[in-house]
Amino acid sequence: MSLQKYILRRILTSVPVLIGVSVITFGLMHAAPGDVVSQLVAANPNVSSAEAVRLREELGLNDPVWVQYIDWVRGILTGDFGEVYSSSQSAGSIIWARLPETLVLGAFGWLFAVVIAIPGGIYAAVNKDQLGDDVSRFVALSGISIPNFWLGLMLMAVFAVQFDLFPTINPQTGLLSPEMLWWLLLPGVTIGTAAAANMMRIMRTSMAEELNKEYVTAARAKGLPERTVILKHVLRNSLISVTTVAAFLTAALVSGSVVVEVVFSWPGLGKELVEAIQLREMNLIMGITLLTGVVIVLANLLADIVYALLDPRIRDEY
Amino acid sequence: MSTKRGRIQVSGFETESIEEQPSQTAHEDEYAEPAGLIHRIMNRIARDRLALTAIVVVVLMAVTALVARPWSVFGVTIQPVALTPFDPTSTAVGSPHDGPSTTHWMGTDRLGRDMFSRVMVGGRYSLSIGLVVTAIASTVGVLYGGVSGYFGGRVDSVMMRVLDLVFAFPALVLALVLVALFGGGFWPLVGAFVLVGWASYARIIRGEILKVKQNEYVMAAKALGARDRSVLLRHIIPNAIAPVVVQATLSVGTVVIGVAALGFLGLGFDAGTPEWGTMLDAERTTLATGAGGSWYWWATVFPGLMIFLFVMSMNIIGDAINDALDTQVDDVGHGGGG
Repeated sequence: MSLQKYILRRILTSVPVLIGVSVITFGLMHAAPGDVVSQLVAANPNVSSAEAVRLREELGLNDPVWVQYIDWVRGILTGDFGEVYSSSQSAGSIIWARLPETLVLGAFGWLFAVVIAIPGGIYAAVNKDQLGDDVSRFVALSGISIPNFWLGLMLMAVFAVQFDLFPTINPQTGLLSPEMLWWLLLPGVTIGTAAAANMMRIMRTSMAEELNKEYVTAARAKGLPERTVILKHVLRNSLISVTTVAAFLTAALVSGSVVVEVVFSWPGLGKELVEAIQLREMNLIMGITLLTGVVIVLANLLADIVYALLDPRIRDEY
Repeated sequence: MSTKRGRIQVSGFETESIEEQPSQTAHEDEYAEPAGLIHRIMNRIARDRLALTAIVVVVLMAVTALVARPWSVFGVTIQPVALTPFDPTSTAVGSPHDGPSTTHWMGTDRLGRDMFSRVMVGGRYSLSIGLVVTAIASTVGVLYGGVSGYFGGRVDSVMMRVLDLVFAFPALVLALVLVALFGGGFWPLVGAFVLVGWASYARIIRGEILKVKQNEYVMAAKALGARDRSVLLRHIIPNAIAPVVVQATLSVGTVVIGVAALGFLGLGFDAGTPEWGTMLDAERTTLATGAGGSWYWWATVFPGLMIFLFVMSMNIIGDAINDALDTQVDDVGHGGGG
């Protein structure tokens, strides 16, 4: 199958998943006890029951479920995520305002993971079953096992409170200003640690596997320096297996961003989601949940395409 | 002995050193391989000091959580021992934020509750939810993936599309939203993490089953007239279960971190609950405001350290099991058994 055809097919198979994601998101919120109006009534006892009935009718809450769903999807496709009642803002404007912050945090996490994991994995695989490997395996295992919220608290306590190297509150400057990037360092490291450790383990395993293959022996036999063998031949093939987990790692980063943003008060979507949950702002919860689902589906799509680019055999298997 | 002329020295061929080497046990291991999953895991772990330590840690933590406070089910006291020096929930047993001392080994929290007692009893929530979730999620996942992989074809592709949907959400976000919408507490938390977690078991066992069902003994069982259900439950799933065991061990840790993360976000448990994540949530504000270079480290270090210790131990055990079972996969490959 040609690459274009493969990519097209892969994109088409994502569409039903995206629809499913929207159905699940909507279904969950719909199944949750209580609706906007009963919340309003609870918050403000002055709202009469007649008014509540009128509001329900006006907001379309008496329509059949599928009509409400279609209305919601139609709104989202035109960029309307609904209203946030506690602040009378539109959910869409909040989401778009917070998205860049989370993207920057996630990108830093990815960068940190790659910078640590690739050399670390190479080192561990080359020194397999030696002291260096044992130490790096232990470090990687710790990185996976450490709860990110605790790691964040500890980093903050030591570097921001004890040594006063970092601010503990938002410096309120532009997103990519030096102050903000400096402040980003601790949350970035916190969110990237688990990803780095996971990636390092995968890198080590796949690299060690590749090192046992015959082309490596062949490359060594023809007298290539070990450095060239590792960095040119083995690394390229090992990276393929890293792309297969790239989508999984992205999902883990999205999950991690919720917790880490709360720990450091990083003003992103994760913190917004937790606040929306506390205020029970359904439109905002739905919008952010849907967005995370879409991001994961896209990440999967992208990883599959990169995988197919790197390894032509995959296109035929599909 | 090395000065003898004309004698070629090959290390490992000295009779003396051969006898010294534990090679015999290694041989025994090799031939004992077919003895089964549990036997193989035991053998592997018995030789791994790190994994043994990890098991000791897990068992100690479980026992501590169990005997920390009396435990009763439906009003009947099953476990009457109370080892905690103080009641973990009663406030002002010491002055607020008192550092570690001989009375309060891990200090006290902001309401003067004894940290040591709270940390001891805190294992109950995390450990029990971790185990229950893993048990339920793996059972559901194995049955689902088993049916999907066994019947194949259209059934399989429809069932796998459902899995894609679960995987489309980041696990913690989905669990967070579920708990937020439908309430917290023990069973709601279990439900949320099962809903998020079963899918990976289903995917793993399905992949294994696609391989296992090609075996001749499966054909033989079918030819002898065995029903689908018994072929699946007796012949296929037991032979495909190995990677599920590894996944289950590793995911106990993931669930424990997830539960604590929700606790940390103020969801899942009431604020005063001595659950490790909830305890961290209560103390984190005192950390950020502890300016002037002093912070009540004992209030945040110990609960987190417990989570870390437990999850790390589970992951070490999971790794050891993975190693033990990988050997089998290799053996089958080389022995031509597939």
